[in-house]
Amino acid sequence: MSILTSLTLAAEEGSNQNPVIPAPYDILWSFVIFVIIAVVFTRILLPKLQKVLDERAELIQGGIEKAEKAQAEAAAALEEYTAQLTEARAEAARIREDARVEAAQILAESRRRAGKDAERIIDTAQRQIEAERHQTVIALRAEVGELATELASRIVGESLADDARQQRVIDAFLDDLESTVKAEG
Amino acid sequence: MTNLLAAAVGAEAEGSGESQNFFQWLFSSDGFHAPTIGEFFPEALLWEGTLFEFNRITLVRVIAAVALIVVFWVVAARARVVPGRFQSFIEYALDFVRVQIAEEVIGKDKARPYVAFLTTLFLAIVFFNITGVIPFLNIAGTSVIGLPIIMALWVYVMYLGVGIKKHGLGGYLKTSLFPAGVPWPIYILLTPIEFLQVFFLRPFTLALRLTANMIAGHLLLVVAFAGTQYLFFEASGAIKAAGALTFLGGFAFTLFEVFVALLQAYVFTMLSAVYLNMALEEEH
Repeated sequence: MSILTSLTLAAEEGSNQNPVIPAPYDILWSFVIFVIIAVVFTRILLPKLQKVLDERAELIQGGIEKAEKAQAEAAAALEEYTAQLTEARAEAARIREDARVEAAQILAESRRRAGKDAERIIDTAQRQIEAERHQTVIALRAEVGELATELASRIVGESLADDARQQRVIDAFLDDLESTVKAEG
Repeated sequence: MTNLLAAAVGAEAEGSGESQNFFQWLFSSDGFHAPTIGEFFPEALLWEGTLFEFNRITLVRVIAAVALIVVFWVVAARARVVPGRFQSFIEYALDFVRVQIAEEVIGKDKARPYVAFLTTLFLAIVFFNITGVIPFLNIAGTSVIGLPIIMALWVYVMYLGVGIKKHGLGGYLKTSLFPAGVPWPIYILLTPIEFLQVFFLRPFTLALRLTANMIAGHLLLVVAFAGTQYLFFEASGAIKAAGALTFLGGFAFTLFEVFVALLQAYVFTMLSAVYLNMALEEEH
């Protein structure tokens, strides 16, 4: 007799029950146990766990959105700042340019004014000189005439006392003298 | 044979005597007990012979169910948005069913209503299967066909319900019994086969596959460990050494049973998802 025979025998002993056909009590208890599990899991436990998972997903999603918003804000601020900077630079350049132009204008203006002043001063001075010369000439004419007359009268005596002749002689002498001075000057 | 019988009788006589203590009993052998199908129909603990007969396997199922509910209850009660280690592990299991089974088979957009159903199924089967290798329980809750039948019936009702809700009774019968794109004479062959498939074979094979796997696994373990016990404590001389082989075999099969427990839960849930998806599909 071998182990195999005892195996078969044993199998025959137990074969009054078919493992494919469920016993009524098996079905009943399985049903009770499984319904409890199914209800507890699908109604209570899994929704609860799912809620936690959803909360987490929401939190992560919210965090990502917040970060994205912050990044967008930072980018906008940077852009604005850059724009402002560019504008400020442009303005500075414009002001500098204006200042340069204005400075050139002021310079030109003052140069022009100085030139005019100088001209005017020169003009005044010339006019003054001219006037003084004129005055001098008149004064000299009178004095030189007198001197010359006196001198001539002394030299030629009383003969030249006649006024008309005297004046004629003096004028002729002075004209002569003046033309000589002009020719020399 | 005579030897075995004598040993059995002797053991019985000894067992009834008070002289034998626990360790003598633990480290003795009264012959090789081949496992029988009777393993799966143990004596009743309560209410024998009634509809409410409560035996060892039912007790194992109750323990597994309580363990399952307690573990998840504790996790759910303490669930935080920032998970701890254990919560992460549980969430990994939930994610596995949702992503690898539900969304993979049914599609990401349509899977959501069925995730809870599939998850419950998967977790329950894992827990009922794994009792087969847990010391002192030592038998899978799913190794007697009642429980797999209840679970298969749930799947059955679920996919029929989903199909009828989606297509109407006539529409569902038409899409499942008369698949489109087939020349009409083929229906003579195809329709009876599809009918058997949808209404009988699917739930029956679901339940039977799971039970058969668990029965086979349990018998393998029992053979290996019964052999080890017999060879170590009764066989003489060099044959004792063969016990090391059977022990190693038992060890390997225990690990293998853990794998099978998970695999069968996966297969059962996966097929359930496939059946649901077939019921949901527009036209084949």
